[in-house]
Amino acid sequence: MTGELLIAICLAAIASGTSILLPALGEALTERSGVQNLGVEGMMLMGALFGYIVDIETGSILLAFVAAMIAAMVLALAHAFLSITLRANQIVSGLAVTLFGSGLTAFIGKPFVGATAPVVLSRIPLPGLSQIPVLGQIVFTQDPVVYASFILVPVLWYFIYRTRPGLNLRAIGESPATADAMGVGVASRRYAYTLVGGALAGVGGAYLSLGYTPTWVEGMTAGRGWIAVGLVVFGTWDPLRVLAGAYLFGFVDGFQLRAQGLGSTVPAFFLNMLPYLFTVIVVSLSSGERLQRRLGIPRALGLPYWREERT
Amino acid sequence: MAISLRLERRSGLPLPQRVLILSLAVVLGAFAGGFLVQASGYSAVNAFTAILDGSFGGSYPISQTLAAAIPLATIALGTAVAFRVQLWNIGGEGQFYMGAFGATAVELVGGPAGWPSVILLPSMLVAGFAVGAAWALVPAWLRAWHGVNEIITTLMLNYVAILWVNYLVYGPWKDPQGHNFPFSPRFPDNASFARIGDGQLHAGLLVPIIAAAILVLVLARTRWGYELRVVGENAEAARYAGIDVRRTMLSAMLVSGGLAGVAGMVQVSGIIHLLNGQLSNSYGYTAIIIAWLARLHPLAVLVVSVLFGALVNGGYAVSQVGIPQALGAVLQGMILFFVLGVGDLFTRYRVRVGTT
Repeated sequence: MTGELLIAICLAAIASGTSILLPALGEALTERSGVQNLGVEGMMLMGALFGYIVDIETGSILLAFVAAMIAAMVLALAHAFLSITLRANQIVSGLAVTLFGSGLTAFIGKPFVGATAPVVLSRIPLPGLSQIPVLGQIVFTQDPVVYASFILVPVLWYFIYRTRPGLNLRAIGESPATADAMGVGVASRRYAYTLVGGALAGVGGAYLSLGYTPTWVEGMTAGRGWIAVGLVVFGTWDPLRVLAGAYLFGFVDGFQLRAQGLGSTVPAFFLNMLPYLFTVIVVSLSSGERLQRRLGIPRALGLPYWREERT
Repeated sequence: MAISLRLERRSGLPLPQRVLILSLAVVLGAFAGGFLVQASGYSAVNAFTAILDGSFGGSYPISQTLAAAIPLATIALGTAVAFRVQLWNIGGEGQFYMGAFGATAVELVGGPAGWPSVILLPSMLVAGFAVGAAWALVPAWLRAWHGVNEIITTLMLNYVAILWVNYLVYGPWKDPQGHNFPFSPRFPDNASFARIGDGQLHAGLLVPIIAAAILVLVLARTRWGYELRVVGENAEAARYAGIDVRRTMLSAMLVSGGLAGVAGMVQVSGIIHLLNGQLSNSYGYTAIIIAWLARLHPLAVLVVSVLFGALVNGGYAVSQVGIPQALGAVLQGMILFFVLGVGDLFTRYRVRVGTT
């Protein structure tokens, strides 16, 4: 029984982890550019609801994911405009995105609560690879979004650390004034990466409503957007470490779900606390200002940049 | 041709102008919210009529609005204290639940035992403060001593607190005579605030008023208030000035969590009269908007809380005319957007629009 159980937990870990991984990758890019967006939770909810509605209306899962990205990007744009152009407080602006996103999705989504999405993500075993014992069952028997995330992680890593635009991205997050002096436009790039972050949060949200638990419920992200923000800190803005953090989270989440199914005597309420406590612990272990500096926190994170006022 | 925005810093805008700008931001936010309502296929006119009627249209609605403002104001006072030292405590929701839990723990002992109200209610209040503060202690310590991001830790603990209260009311604290509903036994009269009028308004209204008065004095007149201000403006400078920054941060967070805990106590004792898992209509999050709109000033928090109490109440009112209750939350979010985009912008900067 332990073998099958472990495989089941690992499958759940990847599914649950992916819903965190994509928004966390997006947030890592946004923060690398110097913008902190605490609106991930709200943007995920937008993606979850609008992906779900378009799925019902058109029956096309591709269109659903496109809609999810657009819906989340609208909120990301609001954050970008407020924090980059108008220089509003980024923390409060991000909170506004989350509060508005949860309110709006609860409002618009009311008639859709509890319906079933007609087309949902299904697992597609990769020919050949899925035959590998254990590993094939876990890694190569997944849905297309998971496969896409397998590709996205190394691509983003390569982009950030090995390409010219990636260097520019790191530069505007480290020292926008220097980047600006070198002719690297700060505001336009910060807008772009905030929007990319929004798009990935939208995909993560739609992955919940069309894959993980294919339905729409108010507030169904249940803090996953915040956990994604936390895992970016844990993952030190590095896609590979963010991946490790997301799957570790997924494993804890998968474990607590299975433990309930196996008739554990611990009340479900305590098991449900595990993912949140886990996040507090990993964020705490990877924090500390000196440690963060060494690990690569973008130095200009959260600070607006304005050419006239540079010091 | 492109439109360009030029922002020039300014400070010291007179108070009436600042109030005017913020009020304008609120009105614009409400308008934008109304536009969204209309776009979603509901009537914005019906919605706003219902909100105004349901929150200010007569003595009963007004007393309901004030009752809703009590927890909002109490939590927001605490949120404002933390925000003043740049500690982003967004755990008000969880600290509220934990305060309600602490108060109920005392009530379970003193209520049935028939302690007189003058002893029981203050004990519950102290317990609410203590447990709310304790819930903020770990994030505060992690932040002040280890630089751990308090936004994430306080938020994660919200979920843990709500699960904890649910565990209690589904398990050990479930009312044996409660037909299996997830409620604690109902509070007796000695554990409840006296009602005012025929609505839900109760004597707990005094709590945020007294708390605000104390905060105004303490922030303006004491060493602690001064230290909060210095740390909030520049932690580095505060350190050089010999202020114990860590202790200041810790104390601000504890007061912040404690006030949210007091709000939880006032809510169970004044409105719900039992403990359950749905104590809060996202009050902890609404309090963040209130604190920000009130510019972190205690007296302004009281005024703004009444406005948001109206929005909470308006949510119930619109659901009576077939519009989802979440409209209240949509309007809150929209108002915050406009306060950030319009209110903050025009109070901090002179804005020049030009074309190039």
